Amino acid sequence: MRHALRLLWSGDRALVQIIGLSLRVSATAIVFAGLVGVPLGSWLGLRRFVGRRLAVALLYTGMGFPPVVVGLFVYLLLSRNGVLGSLGWPWMPRLFTPAAMVIGQVIIATPLIAGFTMAAVMGVDPNLRLQLISLGATPWQATWAVLREARLGVVVSLVAGFGSVISEVGAVMLLGGNIEGSTRVMTTAIVLETGKGNFDVALAMGMVLLGITFAINGVVLWLQGKAFD
Amino acid sequence: MGEWVYQVENLVKAYNGRQVLNVPALDVRRGEILGLVGPSGAGKSTLLRLLNLLEAPTGGRIAFEGRWFASPAEAPLELRRRVALVFQRPILLSASVFDNVAYGLRIRGCRDVRSRVEEVLARVGMLPMQHAPSRTLSGGELQRVALARALVVEPEVLLLDEPTANLDPGHVKAIEAIVREANRAHGTTVVLVTHNIFQARRLAQRVGLLVGGRLVEVAPAQAFFQAPQTEEARAFVAGDMVY
Repeated sequence: MRHALRLLWSGDRALVQIIGLSLRVSATAIVFAGLVGVPLGSWLGLRRFVGRRLAVALLYTGMGFPPVVVGLFVYLLLSRNGVLGSLGWPWMPRLFTPAAMVIGQVIIATPLIAGFTMAAVMGVDPNLRLQLISLGATPWQATWAVLREARLGVVVSLVAGFGSVISEVGAVMLLGGNIEGSTRVMTTAIVLETGKGNFDVALAMGMVLLGITFAINGVVLWLQGKAFD
Repeated sequence: MGEWVYQVENLVKAYNGRQVLNVPALDVRRGEILGLVGPSGAGKSTLLRLLNLLEAPTGGRIAFEGRWFASPAEAPLELRRRVALVFQRPILLSASVFDNVAYGLRIRGCRDVRSRVEEVLARVGMLPMQHAPSRTLSGGELQRVALARALVVEPEVLLLDEPTANLDPGHVKAIEAIVREANRAHGTTVVLVTHNIFQARRLAQRVGLLVGGRLVEVAPAQAFFQAPQTEEARAFVAGDMVY
């Protein structure tokens, strides 16, 4: 335990590199997942259309996807003989790169972000829209105002998505391969170091990860508290 | 500009096949306060929403400023923006009082938002609370802000749906004074829906009675209250109508 703290305190280079990669991969994934998930969730929350129930059921299923299954799925797509890997496009991410890990995390986070965004948009009183239109708003202006009302929920969805992908092991293990100095992130490092019996290193990583998720949950609670003040 | 702000012709509204409103004819005169009274569920709020061109009638048509519309989709935005409706249960944005009142001006791209909002807030007595978050307001304050956000756009017609339901007498008096002032000093035409016969008597120049979706009687206020022509109006004025 003391050794673990000393490792952290000394700013061990390998350790810093691993933490940095974890944050970078997950932050990149959240940017892309947000770009898809927020508009998708807003649309599902605002519109009533045929097949919406099915879309929502699929979304909820997506929110419960086991990361390791997502990893397997993307692995099969990206591998040399896979549907996408065999196309040989130069810009297609290869397996065992940070980009491949990002793809896996985007797939995990997008349904989460869309689902939470949808809930936030649906939480806005439906009569608000009608009242704003009665004040002279165009349908677009009223929609924009409803989305602004849900903005806190959208931020919470992004933060929660980040919290879930940074602490996920299955997909990054399969897609990154836990290669030292290239695709090793905190969760995969913990698995490896524990297996090797290096409990102090594993513990140090664990504490950092715990600290990050604690900070994330703190931010979420603080934001939600602000909404109910 | 003609004498009539609204004219209504064979207006019918049904929800899921159930007819809730059937008004063969109704005129709203420029500059008047028209009170619409009647028991709950008489179709008063439905009529207001149709006059606001928020919903499409099932049948018939409405003229606003001399132009006939059978559906809100036909009404241009500029025309629709000359009417404002205050709902029975107003919902404010989760923002400050000031920003809520400024909303109607901002979506119209108006200038001098600050001075106009402050002027209206002073009129409704909410200027000291302009920075308060909307969620901290009491029922009476909420209703004043709802009135202010409608008045700030200087509508030609103000549609009010039970503006003082569930308010204590002090707030009722204040809100009635604001409505009266908007009508007298600014020439705003007001259509006031209320189930409170005393409020109609205090404010309205003409009164219409709706019962079961039908417009039973429309008359100048004095005539309506002193010499009602129909059985229903007599019962309503005498307080015998069950509602």
